[in-house]
Amino acid sequence: MYAQQVDTGAKRLKNLEEMSPEERHFQEKVDAEVRIEPKNWMPEGYRKTLIRQISQHAHSEIVGMLPEGNWLTRAPTLKRKLQLMAKIQDEAGHGLYLYSAMETLGADRDEEIEKLHRGEVKFSSIFTYPTLTWADMGAIGWLVDGAAIVNQVPLQRCSYGPYARAMIRVCKEESFHQRQGYEILLTMMREGTDEQKAMVQDAINRFWWPSLMMFGPSDANSPNSAQSMAWKIKRHGNDELRQRFLDQTVPQLEFLGCTAPDPDLKWNEETGHYDFGEIQWQEFFDVLKGHSPCGVERIQQRKSAIDEGQWVRDAAVAYARKQKQKAKSAA
Amino acid sequence: MADWTLYEVFVRSKHGLNHKHVGSVHAADAQMALENARELYTRRSEGVSLWVVPAEQITASAGDEKEPFFDPTDDKVYRHASFYKLPPEVDQM
Repeated sequence: MYAQQVDTGAKRLKNLEEMSPEERHFQEKVDAEVRIEPKNWMPEGYRKTLIRQISQHAHSEIVGMLPEGNWLTRAPTLKRKLQLMAKIQDEAGHGLYLYSAMETLGADRDEEIEKLHRGEVKFSSIFTYPTLTWADMGAIGWLVDGAAIVNQVPLQRCSYGPYARAMIRVCKEESFHQRQGYEILLTMMREGTDEQKAMVQDAINRFWWPSLMMFGPSDANSPNSAQSMAWKIKRHGNDELRQRFLDQTVPQLEFLGCTAPDPDLKWNEETGHYDFGEIQWQEFFDVLKGHSPCGVERIQQRKSAIDEGQWVRDAAVAYARKQKQKAKSAA
Repeated sequence: MADWTLYEVFVRSKHGLNHKHVGSVHAADAQMALENARELYTRRSEGVSLWVVPAEQITASAGDEKEPFFDPTDDKVYRHASFYKLPPEVDQM
């Protein structure tokens, strides 16, 4: 998921009798699948949870441009370069839809970005990994965007209207991302040299487990998760979504002619799902704590993008002011 | 970006349809808002016309649906065609 370990401030769920009249009215609306809109009354915890989740989601989209940007100038053909550029521009767009949705909750965009740069809030663990070869562009599009889709599809029915509507736009665009990624890998496997095929397998080996970690650790006993579910911000548990992603991905993996770096991965006739090996969560927690190959570098790049772009924004404001004055004196 | 204006964006998706609200952008001026909105909301020919309006220029009715603002029309069933029962002989009016 692009937003991981979101804190709701809840220790346990309140029942309807324990709620204030306002809270009860709110919860009944949510239960009846009525969307909550910016000016409607909402519990402070709901507002804060959404700001945390949407800002983390937005930051992830923006930071997610960096690992791919790494390969823009080295794309193998002009066609691939244009496709990658279009995908990266989409990610910027997704970040902007999400920041706008976040602002409807009263959060300030500059302030939330500052928090990211100060390390107070996170972006998705997946974007802290380096992109070492061109095959990584394929693996990211296919696996990372694929996992993101599985996560974002239910968010289209999130109880908060602006977030849900942003997700509808995002999901429409993500399917292009996933297909272009898979096509990169398919082309390398069909037409590539042995070395290029090995590159595909290597990229899958590196991105396989981190993609499964994107859904976050099991949240079966988490009060945060229970609260997010009751508010219908979240619709499915992390394990359920991870399994859904795995079940749809393994046949695609086999069609590629590649393998997963998981000796325990096998079809389970009884459950109708794929079984898989144990996830090494220590790596995930280390990454969230900042011990990751590229975590620090990504934030530095974001900071310098903002700092080095300051003169452009200043110039735009100066130009706008000048035009306004011109129009005034002409009138 | 705090000193930039927030503009609401409306897109006409096809000739003959009305403009529909799609989201918002920040910009230093209206021209820039139009260009940002084009990049953000019409990357896949989603529109043939764009409006941008400073968000602070929009006057909105109060937020909660319990609000009595819309009440006056709720009891005027005679404003709907279905209120008027016609004899079967002239049913297709």
